[in-house]
Amino acid sequence: MAYAIQTSALTKYYGKARGIIDLSLAVEEGDFFGFIGPNGAGKSTTIRTLLGLLSPTGGTAEIFGKEISAHQTELLADVGYMPSEAAFYPNRKVREIIRLSADLRGGARRRDCAPEAARLCERLKLDTEKKVRELSLGNRKKVSVVCALQHRPRLCILDEPTSGLDPLMQREFYQILEERNREGATVFLSSHALSEVQRHCRHAAVIREGRLLASDTIENLGHAGVKRVTVRGLHEPPRLETVRNVRRSGDTMTFLYSGSPRKLLTALAALPLADVTIAEPDLEEVFMHYYAPEGHGQRPEPDKEEP
Amino acid sequence: MTLLKHELRQGRSALCIWTAIIASMTALCVLIYPEIRDQMSAVSGMFSDMGVFSAAFGMDKLNFGEFLGFFGVECGNILGLGGSFFAALLGAQALAKEEKDGTAEFLLTHPISRSRILLQKLSALFLQIALLNLVVIGVVLLSVTAIGERPDPGTFPLLFLAYFLLQLETAAVCFGFSAFIRNGGASVGLGTAALFYFLNIVANLTKKAGFLKYVTPFGYAESADIITDRAINGRYLAVGMGLAVLGIAAAFLRYRRKDVR
Repeated sequence: MAYAIQTSALTKYYGKARGIIDLSLAVEEGDFFGFIGPNGAGKSTTIRTLLGLLSPTGGTAEIFGKEISAHQTELLADVGYMPSEAAFYPNRKVREIIRLSADLRGGARRRDCAPEAARLCERLKLDTEKKVRELSLGNRKKVSVVCALQHRPRLCILDEPTSGLDPLMQREFYQILEERNREGATVFLSSHALSEVQRHCRHAAVIREGRLLASDTIENLGHAGVKRVTVRGLHEPPRLETVRNVRRSGDTMTFLYSGSPRKLLTALAALPLADVTIAEPDLEEVFMHYYAPEGHGQRPEPDKEEP
Repeated sequence: MTLLKHELRQGRSALCIWTAIIASMTALCVLIYPEIRDQMSAVSGMFSDMGVFSAAFGMDKLNFGEFLGFFGVECGNILGLGGSFFAALLGAQALAKEEKDGTAEFLLTHPISRSRILLQKLSALFLQIALLNLVVIGVVLLSVTAIGERPDPGTFPLLFLAYFLLQLETAAVCFGFSAFIRNGGASVGLGTAALFYFLNIVANLTKKAGFLKYVTPFGYAESADIITDRAINGRYLAVGMGLAVLGIAAAFLRYRRKDVR
């Protein structure tokens, strides 16, 4: 299996402050991969370490099978990066920034950039004669998209790419990414918006407090053996270890359950309940569960039959 | 070369403004010399007789009645001090400003090694200082010709060389600082240039602080000494150039491994 990104026990501390801890992540070439986590979870630290902006405190990180620190310049030629907060030289025009980005890539790549940049600017409706200081956040994001994609990189690393883009532009942006992905490029993006990750990504990883909680297909992550159980006529939920997120409303109670369905049914059968519904939770609910701080719930385990 | 061109473009307006101000002030200073030549001869004795104050600015060694003496203390200061402030500002901002403004992330995620970034930024820095000096020297030579003075051809170029080296050293030391800071660098740059200038004044005031001449580039760029000795003090200069190399080496050592957040 060829991996576009592979990290092993990647760790980064800023002095004593935690960045990421023992992060082992693998993104296959050609994948469309979402990287999800709350603010401060370590998404940007992971991305910046992958780009060589930060030196890891421990562990290894590879892009296309090559150690990043030893091959940084060579690897960056194949990467298009879009930061979460795009900053450019404020007194320069958009076209000058795009040209500068192409020129910094040098060699043959530089020549291929201009027509592609023009196509991207047209699709994103970007006015290239404006100065950077006159741009809104959304338009700065568009400049960032063009700089990240004009050289047709094999790997796109995008840090919260859609924040600041209006819904129409978000749609156009994802269309561009999907085209690139079909042509063979690997897309790795971090996001808060679970719905867009669910809609566009094939795989995703969840990070919280610097640690990787799960990495799987969107389908497996979304279900992961978790059920939303709604019962009527009970005052207390069944005494099972994997019951979480208990909510009460009148005589109705709902909770998330992960684990053996047989165990759940046995426990419920022993209780004086009036009604029960067992359903798939939506993805958002599952991720909120991942996001919850320690002590408010555990990571749902895949369905396992008890012996 | 892309980054070098980009740096020159970025610094173009600042370079034009600083060059215009320093060149016009120096030219003005030269052009008023004929007007005040006679008065200067009269007050020269007084200027050189103000004790420590005269010593602080090297006026105890110079004859203001002569053009070179007047130029060394009055006009030379504009290029030496003004130029070193410009050089310090450029040097200290070279790397730190990119981090403060967030553009370091843009630059460093392109396939260009950090060593090449440092090399091209340093080249742009020295090139801008050289351009400022060339224009100022040109304007000064025109002004000197206009007032009909013929300063000693052995000493006059030495003054310009010393001011140029003073600016290069200040820029190189501040470039070193720039790799360690993230707050933009302007205050560090201006502070360093001011510190260098005042260290030289302290060194002039008392012999006990004479060793400070080794620390500050204003030590070897002291016009009074250059005009009197018809030479730049080799020992001060050697230490100064050593500090410049140290500044550049520190920048390379630090920036190649620096975490850019």
